[in-house]
Amino acid sequence: MAYEGGGDRGKAERFRSAALPYLDDVYTLARYLLRNTADAEDAAQECYLRAFRHFETFRGGPIKPWLLAILRNVCRAEYARRGALAGMLDSLDDTQQTAEGLWDEAGHSPETETLQRLDSEAMQRLITQLPDAFREAIVLREINDLSYREIADITGAPVGTVMSRLARARAMLRAAWLAEENRS
Amino acid sequence: MTCDEAEVLLHALIDNELDAGHARDIEAHAAQCARCDSQLAAYRDLRHSLQGGSLRYTAPASLRRSIDRAVPSPAMANRRTLLKGFAAGSLMSAAAAASVAFMVVREDRDQRILGEAISAHLRSLQADHLTDVLSTDQHTVKPWFNGRIDLAPPVIDLTAQGFTLVGGRLDFIDGKPVAVIVYRRRVHVINLFVAQGLGPALPGPRTEIVQGFNMRRWSEQGLNLLAVSDLNSEELEEFGTKFERAFRATRSG
Repeated sequence: MAYEGGGDRGKAERFRSAALPYLDDVYTLARYLLRNTADAEDAAQECYLRAFRHFETFRGGPIKPWLLAILRNVCRAEYARRGALAGMLDSLDDTQQTAEGLWDEAGHSPETETLQRLDSEAMQRLITQLPDAFREAIVLREINDLSYREIADITGAPVGTVMSRLARARAMLRAAWLAEENRS
Repeated sequence: MTCDEAEVLLHALIDNELDAGHARDIEAHAAQCARCDSQLAAYRDLRHSLQGGSLRYTAPASLRRSIDRAVPSPAMANRRTLLKGFAAGSLMSAAAAASVAFMVVREDRDQRILGEAISAHLRSLQADHLTDVLSTDQHTVKPWFNGRIDLAPPVIDLTAQGFTLVGGRLDFIDGKPVAVIVYRRRVHVINLFVAQGLGPALPGPRTEIVQGFNMRRWSEQGLNLLAVSDLNSEELEEFGTKFERAFRATRSG
């Protein structure tokens, strides 16, 4: 049988109207996780194909976290393929320092200093430079607008870990931002 | 509350994730600790800068279309219903009715071939089903088909063009043995089915999406070729044209 039966066509229409509105969310996360346009498009496409195939396992509730969880799995497969990054997300030590020394500890940056507005492209670049686990946490929170609980479910980390990753991510991002201003 | 505790919890505060009790604790601490107070202000400021949606990316229209196409649409069903409606029409001549019936049957066979190709593709993705002969060398893969199938399939090494030859396999579609040449592009497997009389001879390449997989069919030198992959349609088209070009070159050279 080449084409889906009547019930499955209903499924296709339900899937379209439920899932397609979140394509920008899925694509955005893919761009930040994979840091590359072509791979992000591949991953988003693969995410939707998988989501459609397993749509009957979706048990209602908000569909966005469900889609983003699938996307994350697709991206992890891509990490594994890239080899060098295999297992990075799981094994990542939350105390890890970045090797590039781009970020000072939050405590060293003058907290009273007000951030100048960076253009969104510069901001995107700074976020993209964050290490995997922190980048993932802050994108899911600030850009995909998920709750701690939803982020915890997607990343398989306890809520406490999500919170501390966000704290670190923001500290690194703020320090990078200040460093950027000082350079310019 | 200590500064260490506050340092993490203030993020929960600005994210509206704290219950009222803890929120009061943080605010009380910040009220008497200048460092934590300025941190709270700094991260509120940062958070404010990240809001507003300007950091989102917009999915390209081509991606949206390609996903939309990959999900089965009702168009096919409508066409079939239309044909059935014609067949039932009382004004239709017997000859016309017969030809409609023929079209429906032929279309059904065509759909069955595509469906079986998809099934074969899916089977091949399971462990150890991909190849019977595993080799990146076309001079190993090609002779393997000798005696196993009644044709000499074009086994062409496209590694230099970005499509890695992985091996070959014998499969069955529409009850007939079919040569399968397996390629890889990044993580994506391409199964190229080659047979005689597998569907109609096509004047030019035809691409379609069946059950979420991209397909490209074409005919060349009496052979029907059918490429199936989860690769995006542009790259599968690239594969098809490169294969065709190389195939023609082997025959003329």
